[in-house]
Amino acid sequence: MRLLNRSAGRISRHRRGPVAGLAVLLLGLLMTGGLYTVFAPAQAQKAQSDTELIEEGRKLFLVGCASCHGENGEGIATVRDGYLKGPSLVGVGAAAVDFQVETGRMPMAQPGQQAPRKEAAYSAEETAALAAYVASLAPGPAIPSEADYSIEGLSEEEREEAIVRGGQIFLTNCTACHNFNGSGGAMPRGGYAPSLKGVESKHIYEALLTGPQAMPNFSNGNLSPEEKRDVIAYLRSLETTPEYGGFGLGGLGPVSEGLFAWLFGIGGLVGFAVWIAAHTTRTSKTHPIEEGAEA
Amino acid sequence: MSLDTSKVANSNRATAATPAKPSKLGGVAGWADERLGLATMAKKNLRKVFPDHWSFMLGEIALWSFVVLLLSGVFLTLWFNPSMGEVHYEGSYDQLRGIEMSEAMASTLNISFDVRGGLLMRQMHHWAAMLFIAAMMVHLLRVAFTGAFRKPREVNWVIGCVLLLLGTLEGFTGYSLPDDLLSGTGVRAADGFLKATPVVGSYMSFFLFGGEFPGDAIIPRLYIIHVLLIPGLLLGLIAAHMLLLVYHKHTQWAGPGRTEENVVGFPMLPVYAAKAGGFFFIVFGVSAIMGGLLTINPVWKFGPYDPTKVTAGSQPDWYMGWPDGLLRIMPGWESVLFGYTISWNVMIPILIVPPLMLMVLIMLPFIEAWITGDKREHHLLQRPRNAPTRTAVMVSLMTFYGLAWAAGGNDIIAIKLNASINQITYFMRVAVFVGPAIAFFVTRRWCISLQRHDNEKLLHGYETGVIMRSTEGGYTERHLPISEASAYTLTARERDEIYTVDGDTDANGVVAPGSRVQAVRASLSQKMFGHNVQKPTAEELEEAHHHAEHEHVLEAGLDHPADGHQFDGHSDHTVEDAPLRGH
Repeated sequence: MRLLNRSAGRISRHRRGPVAGLAVLLLGLLMTGGLYTVFAPAQAQKAQSDTELIEEGRKLFLVGCASCHGENGEGIATVRDGYLKGPSLVGVGAAAVDFQVETGRMPMAQPGQQAPRKEAAYSAEETAALAAYVASLAPGPAIPSEADYSIEGLSEEEREEAIVRGGQIFLTNCTACHNFNGSGGAMPRGGYAPSLKGVESKHIYEALLTGPQAMPNFSNGNLSPEEKRDVIAYLRSLETTPEYGGFGLGGLGPVSEGLFAWLFGIGGLVGFAVWIAAHTTRTSKTHPIEEGAEA
Repeated sequence: MSLDTSKVANSNRATAATPAKPSKLGGVAGWADERLGLATMAKKNLRKVFPDHWSFMLGEIALWSFVVLLLSGVFLTLWFNPSMGEVHYEGSYDQLRGIEMSEAMASTLNISFDVRGGLLMRQMHHWAAMLFIAAMMVHLLRVAFTGAFRKPREVNWVIGCVLLLLGTLEGFTGYSLPDDLLSGTGVRAADGFLKATPVVGSYMSFFLFGGEFPGDAIIPRLYIIHVLLIPGLLLGLIAAHMLLLVYHKHTQWAGPGRTEENVVGFPMLPVYAAKAGGFFFIVFGVSAIMGGLLTINPVWKFGPYDPTKVTAGSQPDWYMGWPDGLLRIMPGWESVLFGYTISWNVMIPILIVPPLMLMVLIMLPFIEAWITGDKREHHLLQRPRNAPTRTAVMVSLMTFYGLAWAAGGNDIIAIKLNASINQITYFMRVAVFVGPAIAFFVTRRWCISLQRHDNEKLLHGYETGVIMRSTEGGYTERHLPISEASAYTLTARERDEIYTVDGDTDANGVVAPGSRVQAVRASLSQKMFGHNVQKPTAEELEEAHHHAEHEHVLEAGLDHPADGHQFDGHSDHTVEDAPLRGH
């Protein structure tokens, strides 16, 4: 308290100084502006920037996406029937754009069986603009907020229940492709279900919502928002639970186990057998036994 | 005829010797011997000689991992509850709390998380099972590649093959017990295999499962097969296998002093008792390290079995991988006969090829013995190169096995190597036929080349690496004769005899009975041995030595070390100076 009084006193000493008026003016302006941004009616602000954002997104879209998805996101068919250069984006929603662009899958570096995850090509603002543009084409799923995929708000008991429920949903709906450990799996013709390790909760939610690439679409009627949240909670819990059995061998199941049994187990034991057979009562380094018995 | 040792002097000195007081251990041994007659048996067997070679210890890995399996398995039975009764899990693993599952699964989770040391024991048991079957297979390969399955050991070979089959079944039943998602998928597959059997398939399935899959009888049934039936058979057959080993005596590599009539090596006590005992601890240690550090079958992640669920990466343990691989690459062929579906797509890879392969394996020594017509006993091993066709057949079988095995992991290969699972499948469909053929051809020619190389060494000596320049300016590499011991070892093999049929018809033009079979045998014999390189005859060796001496006489003028070789240990310039190397 004394310290406060003393510093207040120090400031007070400058109240008639040459820059005092300017300082007070600046402070006042900053506070006004700051408070306005905090308390300003959001709707009005948003409506204003949405049009700008969409316009900005449209420009980006024309440069980076339109060559495959068409100038109006209507999709481009190839000469071969049934094949698409790029699918229509009408109605895929902001969630799909957010997922594809933030994980770097879009824009694709080259045509292929599947767009791999890579470094994102657009900044957060640009992604938001693209998402806003695509969302403006037709109604579609919006980008989920953290409240949708986080179990932070729940009580301890509810969280545990959510994780258990999520685990069962995961094993029923997801493991067939993504594997029991979320390590990923193979899909026909070079496709694959990617690993879920270290994928952001938001992206998992968006993937469930929009069904990117070969993945089926888990609409809210199919898996309710709470169920989606629980699946994510289960995956997060797997990441925080220690590997009870030791080194996880990639979490790929019996194939990697067999590989270790042969390479490490039998390989090591045969090495020991060679070592035991080489150390015999008559063997010494200076007088090796004169035998032509080597295989 | 026992001596009264109390009156035998233990000294030659002037003072009278006093009998030593019998030790306590001696007293106990004496007591036991008088009642059990152990001394006679021990006297013979403790001095039993075994030859020393690393490849003779591969079967031991299997034996010791079986002991680890018995020890860890007994521990697991104390907590495992083989019941399909439904319970709600209330143990320590959070992610499954409250989930309905069978008691088998719940008790497996209990062993993993709530029994002290339980997870270590579970993982040790599983790793030891993997090692058990793997060790049996490498042991089998050693026996086959060295011709150790020839007379008199054919029966032991058959026992070994049956042990391999039983070990595989034992592994499968054990893998199925926890009733988790992965093992349940495996049992479902087994149910499908049974049902693919024509006519009796559905009956067999209903008989095994006590009704429609999955029922509630399969786990208790598999359990009793796993802990009583197959282990009992395994124990009995392992005992028979080892008794026969003792009766036949161990095979040995050819070498000076080693004949078909003796065994050169070290006695059981103390050398082999120490080596084998030590090896047990090493096998135990390796299983313990693997069980402690490497996750195997994390059932808690799979969750309880539910026929509506499945996971990517659903594979059997490695030893069932090759039939699974054949199943994966098999085209979906089915035919309908009188309204019944014959599932060739399941029958061929599971019900036909694996039993056929086992039969081929069991028959190998008998087929070979029939072709050679060899009725002699063999206790000296053959080097793989000296039986090129047999070696090639084994490598060919191994290639088939390996390709089918790799096909069983096609999904993992696809994601790890960024390949298309379809392309892998198409490749394997061709490779399982072409690969073994290529492997056969390459191996056989390779062996024959090695045989030729051995003859080169015998006739012209080994390459010294010393380059000589003649007065004309030509360069030659100096060869030196190999040691007597090496020469003996290289020549201690028999010449192959190609069986020929004297004539199909006798003087009156009557076809001899069974001559067609004999003709087949002769042609097989020709194919098997016709291209082999035989060891040089005594005359050829004599001639070669004579030639070598002549060469050395010609080079004798060089009575100083070849220039540049004064300091590198290659300065020997006469044959007499050269140390014989163990080539």
